[in-house]
Amino acid sequence: MSAPPAPFPGDRPISPELLREHKVSDEEHARIVAALGRPPSYTELGVFSVMWSEHCSYKSSRLHLRRLPTKGPKVIQGPGENAGVVDIGDGFAAVFKMESHNHPSFIEPYQGAAPGVGGILRDVFTMGARPIAGLNSLRFGRPDHPRTPELVRGVVAGIGGYGNCIGVPTVGGEVQFDAAYDTNILVNAFTCGVARTDRIFYGRAAGLGNPILYMGAKTGRDGIHGATMASDEFGGEDAKSELATAQSIKKGERSTMQVGDPFMGKLLLEACMELFGADVLEGIQDMGAAGLTSSSVEMAGRAGSGVEIDLDLVPRRAKHMLPYEILLSESQERMLLVAKKGKEKDVIAICKKWDLDCAVIGRVTDTGRWVVKATPGYDPLAHAPAPREAVVVCDLPVGALTDDAPVYDRPRAPVTLRSGAPRPEDSPVSSDPQKDLLELVGSPNLGSRQWIFRQYDHIVRGGTIVKPGSDAAVVRVPCERDGKTLWKHLAFAVDCNGRYVELAPEEGAKMAVAEVCRNLVCSGAEPIGITDCLNFANPERPDVMDQLARAIDGLAAACNALAVPIVSGNVSLYNETTDAGGRRPILPTPTVAAVGQVHEPEHVVTQWFKGDGDVVFLLGEIAPERGLGGSELWVRRRGAVGGPPPTIDLDAEVKLQKLVLSLAQARLLASAHDLAEGGLLVALAECTCTSSDARDDRGARVELSLPADPVLRTTALFGEAPSRVLVSARASDADAVAGRAREMGVSCTRLGVVGGARLAVEIAGGASIDVSAAELRDARARCLDFVS
Amino acid sequence: MPSSRATVVIFPGLNAETEMLRTLSLAGFETTTAWHTDTELPARTDLVAVPGGFSYGDYLRCGAIAKVSPIVGAIRAHAERGGFVLGVCNGFQILTECGLIPGALTQNAHMRFECKDVFVRVHAEGPFTPKLDTVWRMPIAHAEGRYQATPETLARLEGEGRIALVYCDASGAVTDAANPNGSLRSIAGVYGGASKNVLGLMPHPERMSEPALGGTDGARLFEAAFAHLGKRAA
Repeated sequence: MSAPPAPFPGDRPISPELLREHKVSDEEHARIVAALGRPPSYTELGVFSVMWSEHCSYKSSRLHLRRLPTKGPKVIQGPGENAGVVDIGDGFAAVFKMESHNHPSFIEPYQGAAPGVGGILRDVFTMGARPIAGLNSLRFGRPDHPRTPELVRGVVAGIGGYGNCIGVPTVGGEVQFDAAYDTNILVNAFTCGVARTDRIFYGRAAGLGNPILYMGAKTGRDGIHGATMASDEFGGEDAKSELATAQSIKKGERSTMQVGDPFMGKLLLEACMELFGADVLEGIQDMGAAGLTSSSVEMAGRAGSGVEIDLDLVPRRAKHMLPYEILLSESQERMLLVAKKGKEKDVIAICKKWDLDCAVIGRVTDTGRWVVKATPGYDPLAHAPAPREAVVVCDLPVGALTDDAPVYDRPRAPVTLRSGAPRPEDSPVSSDPQKDLLELVGSPNLGSRQWIFRQYDHIVRGGTIVKPGSDAAVVRVPCERDGKTLWKHLAFAVDCNGRYVELAPEEGAKMAVAEVCRNLVCSGAEPIGITDCLNFANPERPDVMDQLARAIDGLAAACNALAVPIVSGNVSLYNETTDAGGRRPILPTPTVAAVGQVHEPEHVVTQWFKGDGDVVFLLGEIAPERGLGGSELWVRRRGAVGGPPPTIDLDAEVKLQKLVLSLAQARLLASAHDLAEGGLLVALAECTCTSSDARDDRGARVELSLPADPVLRTTALFGEAPSRVLVSARASDADAVAGRAREMGVSCTRLGVVGGARLAVEIAGGASIDVSAAELRDARARCLDFVS
Repeated sequence: MPSSRATVVIFPGLNAETEMLRTLSLAGFETTTAWHTDTELPARTDLVAVPGGFSYGDYLRCGAIAKVSPIVGAIRAHAERGGFVLGVCNGFQILTECGLIPGALTQNAHMRFECKDVFVRVHAEGPFTPKLDTVWRMPIAHAEGRYQATPETLARLEGEGRIALVYCDASGAVTDAANPNGSLRSIAGVYGGASKNVLGLMPHPERMSEPALGGTDGARLFEAAFAHLGKRAA
């Protein structure tokens, strides 16, 4: 075809202005024309703009993402599908992914966060897996920013509103407040499901002539260009740089916000589970970002096939929709199915049982082309619809939309630290450790997350063995096959501290992977896979691009060292705002969530002290010289992220994690808790006051021998150096713990004994701490009072 | 003697049937399910359990759409025959909407969904709550669990010994601080039916019914019903 399809009534003419509105550069437009041998139509331009958007094409990150380790003996499916799949034995697999919903959540926190949860749930259950647990990772601006309380309340309620209703337990998460997120919050949601390995479904449009079916909610105009919006900054002096859609939202013409419907999501979930069991599907994919377009294009791309779709047949709820709008709508709760030939009726019958719309809208071809038809003037919602006589509105090579999308090697330049070079004299010194401890445990970043976790149903389905609030959550999963039930135990954690990544992109990213895996081994689980969500600012800025590339190197190095593959993930760029105050990028935040397998339920370990007389050990260095850089103490004392860049020794980390897991599996641990934000004293405090029932809290008497130098001493008490774990063991097991640590080459210091209702810390040649567990618990519980 | 049979009714949007089925079978019941469009319960049903979740998305009002489902007639008839009916969380809301239990459940006083462990005390003996003043620990997970009724209804419920469970603290004391949602008289569970054969409660006993889940207090309620049915059959 040397001319584009004839304009559809209502189409806009292609103009430089239209290209700008679609975020398609002149160079990209030239590429499109070259790929097609003709200019695109209006509808086709819209399709290219979403498929080549950062959100769908990963054009800035793809080159670098190739460096991530994605393979391993247990990996069944790595990145590129709807979710990653890892073998958990006996014919079952864990299916998981994390995704961001950052931009919409800042615009409207409840309705922004809720579809984020819905979207990631669908990505997982579309692969044949019943979702069994969710996590989330949230970043908000500084606690005293005027919008922060409202955003926290809305996002938390939105996550709960969706997850609670659909009945998937939200078993944990993490939250950090920092001024860098004042105008760009982060909402990253993770879901894990479990599938039979012989019933894993892929997003592939395979089998010439197979019918393509649309299932779920009707299509409306909501969310058009959501994917493109997610690839854009907020603000900008030049209003023309904003999308036409963004302007039309302001004018009230339409919304780029998708609205989730968890009840419909639940019906979809149950109907899909039934479809999977009925063996009627060839392929299936969620209509997520870029809706019908990306789902059908990607399914054809993965199968190396083509598709033909008739838009007249798409169920819709808005009148007079243009092909452009139907194709780009991001209405939620929709799936695209490819049925086995002749099984359409079975699919439709199951959908009917669940009161879901379902319609055959096309078929699989072998042309390698994505062909879309529609009848001008036809509207099924009209009183007397015009006769159908569909014409071609798009005819594009699938490859041009997927594999041949642009890949940019964007220029890089090392970051100039916002904080400037660290000066030793800036190091904070703790002269009253008890006061500092109470301040830190009660601070928004370090205190209890229970106000948030309580708004999530974390126990629905009756499988939550370790509830949110320990190093990792543990869920017992019934795995059913041939009438028999096997129990599998999976553990979940999510982590990242953007402050470390800001100061040292590669080391900070390594630390995120190390910590998330450390959280798993502290819970008795072997890490089996990771999913990531790379949240960064504008990649067209060389310093941001450098952070992104280095962070990927860090993730890769840590995953290789710990032998844990990254099996799925998501990239969210342009998380920055330019306003009167200047450019405001977020902290680089490569969030990682990890799944672990607990091989025997008796291996499960929780973080809080258990019994009087148990011996407390620190595994790892007690007084590392570094650790204040990027620490909470530094930020609180100096008002900004700063200090010496943090580092991690991956060899030491590997040894430590092997030791902790072997101790847990030998049932030698009464408790295990990794040292993270707030350092040693905060971790000790958390061990005394975080049991699920306050009546079970146990204090401890601890003696610390530390360097005399005030900075080194402060570093030992509140520094956040990685590769350290606090464990407790029954007195009769203490020698075995110390012995095994020696054998495995991990430093092990006996700190004291569990007992009583107080945390008493004697610091040789210095101040002492004596505070009741109840006081620590109360301080932690008040940390989010500014929100509630 | 045939085992007692429990039927778990599934309305679209309910999501707590897994733990309900498991707890019922751990307590000794033979279990089966009924679908909302069924018009009859499976034969030999002794106990009907309506689990938690969000029936029909809780749109309009919790339980308001479920009450016009075809299966409700069968549940009502079962209750009128003296059959046991248990509604947990959304199930409780559905039973009040159906009129099988007096009163209503409205939005929590603090306006948030809340999931946490609470304590409840047996305030009236009945088939599910055999011993007065027993204190049980079990979780709640709801946004609309604030029990309300007219003063006359409350007086009648009290007089007839139908206030099955009240929220309390670990020691059994009924205090405002221990009331998680602002329920009148700290009411957590209410009996309906001529012979207290219908029980609705907001806490989830089926999520605290195994040591691995943090406790077994919830199992007691199911074991009591099972034992009661066994005695009745004998």
